[in-house]
Amino acid sequence: MADKPAQTGADETTAAPLLEVRHITRRFGRTLANNDISLTLEAGEIHGLLGENGAGKSTLVKIIYGVLRPDDGEILLRGKPVRFSSPAEAREAGIGMVFQHFSLFEPLTVAENIALALSGAHDMEALKERIRAISEEYGLPLDPDALVADLSVGERQRVEIVRCLLANPDIIILDEPTSVLTPQEARNLFETLYKLVREGRGILYITHRLEEVRELCRRATILRHGEVVAEIAPAAHSARDIARLMVGTEVHHVSAPPPAETGVPALHVRDLTLPAPGPFGVALYEVSLDVRAGEVVAIAGVAGNGQRELFAALSGERPAQNPGAVFIMGHDVSLKGINERRALGAAFVPEERLGHACVGSMTLVENLLLTRHAVDSDFVRHHFIDYDVAQKVTSRVIAEYDVRNAEPGRRAAALSGGNLQKFIMGRELDRRPQVLVVNQPTWGVDAGAAALIRQELIDLAREGAGVLVISQDLDEIFEVADRIAVISRGELSEAKPADSVSREELGLLMAGAHERRNGSGAQKRQKG
Amino acid sequence: MSGLEAFLLTVIAASTPLLLAALGELVVERAGVLNLGVEGMMATGAVIAFAVALATGSPLLGVLAGALAGAAVALPFVFLTQVLAANQVASGLALALFGLGLSGLIGEGFVGQPGVRLERLHIPGLSDIPFIGPVLFGHDVLVYLSFFMTAAVAWFLFRTRAGLILRAVGTNHTAAHALGHPVRLVRTLAILFGGVMAGLAGAYLSVSYTPQWVEDMTAGRGWIALALVVFATWRPLRVLAGAYLFGAVWILGLHAQAAGYGLPPQFLSALPYLATIAALVLISRNRTLTLTNTPAMIGQPFMPER
Repeated sequence: MADKPAQTGADETTAAPLLEVRHITRRFGRTLANNDISLTLEAGEIHGLLGENGAGKSTLVKIIYGVLRPDDGEILLRGKPVRFSSPAEAREAGIGMVFQHFSLFEPLTVAENIALALSGAHDMEALKERIRAISEEYGLPLDPDALVADLSVGERQRVEIVRCLLANPDIIILDEPTSVLTPQEARNLFETLYKLVREGRGILYITHRLEEVRELCRRATILRHGEVVAEIAPAAHSARDIARLMVGTEVHHVSAPPPAETGVPALHVRDLTLPAPGPFGVALYEVSLDVRAGEVVAIAGVAGNGQRELFAALSGERPAQNPGAVFIMGHDVSLKGINERRALGAAFVPEERLGHACVGSMTLVENLLLTRHAVDSDFVRHHFIDYDVAQKVTSRVIAEYDVRNAEPGRRAAALSGGNLQKFIMGRELDRRPQVLVVNQPTWGVDAGAAALIRQELIDLAREGAGVLVISQDLDEIFEVADRIAVISRGELSEAKPADSVSREELGLLMAGAHERRNGSGAQKRQKG
Repeated sequence: MSGLEAFLLTVIAASTPLLLAALGELVVERAGVLNLGVEGMMATGAVIAFAVALATGSPLLGVLAGALAGAAVALPFVFLTQVLAANQVASGLALALFGLGLSGLIGEGFVGQPGVRLERLHIPGLSDIPFIGPVLFGHDVLVYLSFFMTAAVAWFLFRTRAGLILRAVGTNHTAAHALGHPVRLVRTLAILFGGVMAGLAGAYLSVSYTPQWVEDMTAGRGWIALALVVFATWRPLRVLAGAYLFGAVWILGLHAQAAGYGLPPQFLSALPYLATIAALVLISRNRTLTLTNTPAMIGQPFMPER
């Protein structure tokens, strides 16, 4: 960190703060999403906003940015009360926002996407010039004529940031900006942020990554269940203390005993090559991998680099094109479907909870049957479903995996994300599979539940199963993995023992250092 | 009048209503709305245009009234889909049936009455040139309008800020709303524009193509226009090409029938559909281009959280 600025802020007691939020309250139906929230953001400050999923962070920033209206409370800009009825008004008042789920339009070009967020004359050529100028000034290289659909996730975030900066905002809200970046990309982003606060802007930085807050922010506000539980100086606290404030209780400490010495390959992949499934998909190229019984292997990578395609090829949703590519428990399953693979003892948990892993409008019992009817004969009697057995098993999963607010007859969509993820993991773990492939096991799950899920993954492996975890979260990967491989543009690096690789090494691999087809990783993401 | 000249004139007459209606629906769908009611809006436009032209003696006033009637009959669809966020397929089908029924009811007294024909343009000198004159300079104002609107829609969609916003709304309404663009207002205006264009197409049928009123005189042209938009992958110039290809094969089929080549008439009536689908599928083989032009939000209702 060459030039981390001394953040000013609270010392300037004379001037009114850049942004002041007072007693904001907002209800959705009977839930209090924000309850009497107050915070201040000073000029030249990066202020952290911490909290778990559902703590109310997104609601609060949507209110500040004029997307939602508060039921109660007020917002002051430089001491003056303001009321925004639309994001356009917030932007005019000098507030910019970089969204977590990118609010970009894939079929449009970078320049068109940016034009949509600006008011004023529609002069594309002049705008392209301004984009080039800003992206140079802040070290955010961008081609204004590129289609957003062709950009990598990191590049898309640059589009969002440049779009925000073109309006020259005093206040910038960043929602989970590093969750999709490689460590090196995150480092570059931090440099840009420091430059921005040196110019006297204020940044509200939303994250659940504690180390980032400790490094970036002089002050941080912690939300829990829609309320402010503390305002802290993050550097003075340990990550563990901050986690406790966020969660409210002690977070389970994931422990990973060393794996058993030897194991047979439970999952074996050899030179798996598959063309891209569609124009925006990724082709797999000569992917080879072994997951031995007793170990957890993790695949790291930035989103959209072939994780989804690899998962589909392993689960059999999209079988390989030739035999000899995918083996489960020693059987060649390359051309087999998902139920045949399940019958050999494999289980699969895809990335999207609703719509892929389960059907939201169906009950938990029905969702349990969907993945297990073909492989567990208990559920079928005289060719009919035995609902009594299914009900019992569903209740067992709910009880053993601590799925809250759930009954077997409840619709899956009625569960919160974290609880549904626990149910889906439980549904597969309950079979005690010999091979488990899981994509993003704790995406959008709160810290407490995430720790339990990770522990389950390790425990399953130590019982003798081969577990493959695909994740974008490096913290998670280092917590659970015995060996780590990296996927980038459909190519997989060699899996290395977790204790022998550094984050920096992984970052280089995520940028494509191991790729054989494309040469250096500096090139653009391969187009569909 | 040579055979080729007559052929070209009939092709233009057959293609113009398809082109007008399809251009309107293209804008509607680019905004992310699927309005299946084109046939109903067209029929309403046709009967109102006929009636107003007859009552006032001015075919131009009739055309204007037909255009407004097309938009007016789309208002319930706007209310259902944009205010109540109702299912667009059901609402659109309802509009198609409602418009057809309404036009039959209004037109009951007009059946068999001679109508007023929209006069063809006559440019002294130019229109008198043999062949070129009638083919290029001898049409009524709606034919020229249909070409002008093709260029205007293309320019609007790809060169103006409002067109960019409309495409953005059709691509990702949540993101467009988050940026502060008025999703439902944009869609409402697009639907009304679609109504105006369908009304014009109907007016062309009843005051230019055959100046009379017959029930169901739209004869499925609204549905063909809908199909043209999809097969043209939501691009204005392809809609123009599709409409004219369809018109040309249709007229060729009529000629073949008259000449009596012994081909079954059913096959000849099916030919324009087959030819148009085949041609447009062939030019849409580039999937990336197709996907980037497909409005992702099509048919999905939008309700902002407040």
